[in-house]
Amino acid sequence: MNPLPLASFDGAIEFIFVPQSSNVTGGNKVGGFEKSLELLLKHLEVTALALAIALVIALPLGLYLGHRGKGELFAVGIGNAGRAIPELAVIALVAVLIGVGLKTVAPALAILGIAPILVNTFVGVRQVDPASVEAARGMGMSELDIIRKVELPLAVPTVMGGVRGAAIVIVATATIAPLAGVETLGDFILNRNVYGENGLLAGAILVALLALALEGLLALLQRRLTSDGLKVKTA
Amino acid sequence: MTSAALLAAAGDVGGDFFRERESGTLPCQADETHLFCFDWAKENIDRYGTPTVQHLEIVLLSVVIGFVVAFALALLAHRRRSLQPPLLAATGVLYTIPSIAFFFLLLPVTGFGRDTAIIVLAAYTLQIIYRNTILGLANVPDSVKDAARGMGFTNRQILWKVELPLAIPEIIAGLRVAVVSTIAIATLVVFINAGGLGTQMYGSGNLTFPTSIVIAAAIVMAMALVSDLVLVTVQRLSTPWRRVRPA
Repeated sequence: MNPLPLASFDGAIEFIFVPQSSNVTGGNKVGGFEKSLELLLKHLEVTALALAIALVIALPLGLYLGHRGKGELFAVGIGNAGRAIPELAVIALVAVLIGVGLKTVAPALAILGIAPILVNTFVGVRQVDPASVEAARGMGMSELDIIRKVELPLAVPTVMGGVRGAAIVIVATATIAPLAGVETLGDFILNRNVYGENGLLAGAILVALLALALEGLLALLQRRLTSDGLKVKTA
Repeated sequence: MTSAALLAAAGDVGGDFFRERESGTLPCQADETHLFCFDWAKENIDRYGTPTVQHLEIVLLSVVIGFVVAFALALLAHRRRSLQPPLLAATGVLYTIPSIAFFFLLLPVTGFGRDTAIIVLAAYTLQIIYRNTILGLANVPDSVKDAARGMGFTNRQILWKVELPLAIPEIIAGLRVAVVSTIAIATLVVFINAGGLGTQMYGSGNLTFPTSIVIAAAIVMAMALVSDLVLVTVQRLSTPWRRVRPA
């Protein structure tokens, strides 16, 4: 093991708030609060966009397949195969084949989020007690109402588990988005020759904090979305 | 491109790619929009051997270490229920921190290289294996444990001869998720110069080109598929009672 001598946590924290001199940029200072915020916002933007695309595709599909009880092999197969996709290959292929920028990177990241949302939504809906669905049908609810008012609310904890899984992989992979021309917090990490060792460490700290904050936020959201009746049962 | 030292550090992979690409000896590979170049693949398939072996080693070591630690934690938490929430939270934090950030957070401590890669990937697997082991142990019916106790089994015998064997399906389900995701994530260890198949996607500070990325990704996914099948087989063989259909 050969620890990185120049990087220190103190130096990294300072880098996040105060611009530091760099030996590459010819006297221009690098880092600092404004740059950190700019990269953080970009990171959030591409993450939110990708998560939204993944949700729009995977949630309705999962609800439909789960409701009809069809395509178990398809949903579970996608879930398993999705986990095996190397994140680096997705970003790399998009960058070298399709092109760089937010418009190509966000859909690419969304691909990684589709599998966990799809499989969890499917499983969540399938786990809903058939008696509840029958009762709803007996009350004269339409199939769409059954999905919206019975199956989806009951599946919320499982669905949100999938959304959180998707968020984790997307926010993590957004770190290497600078390889495809989107300047996220990963810029500090990948452009070590510009930002220096402290910048590298600062990027790692910010990415870790962002991921933990996002996960916390989604956990809170899950509590809010879960109906009180379900909470009593699990407590 | 900048320095020979940088190329050497990355195993000279990227340097080779770009030299060949610029020389134009293999036209289809030089075409930027070409998804896959069979000529190049045929001639260069050898170069994937070493990275594949490195990749496998890193994944195996990480998962074995992760399994030993997570399994021990699960046994501990199984005995002392009060430890379950804090251990779940702690492993959850390790799971949530993106691996690539985690690599660099450890740089001031362990530096570049394989040690850092293995520590991070092992930490990542903890939550998956820990949670599934706890779940498997919790799913063992009380009546079965009572029967064992009635037959004079000690607590230790109940754990090793009754509870753990019955928990094998959940434990292996956790291992499957851990192994498959670790194989995919291990491509990122290229960023801390720890080798692996990521070197064939990103070398010397540059992305390589489509053919190489596709081959490396295909090897990664094949490795994941084969490992998954191996674990499913292990599960089948280790739980023969699940194959017996109740008459």
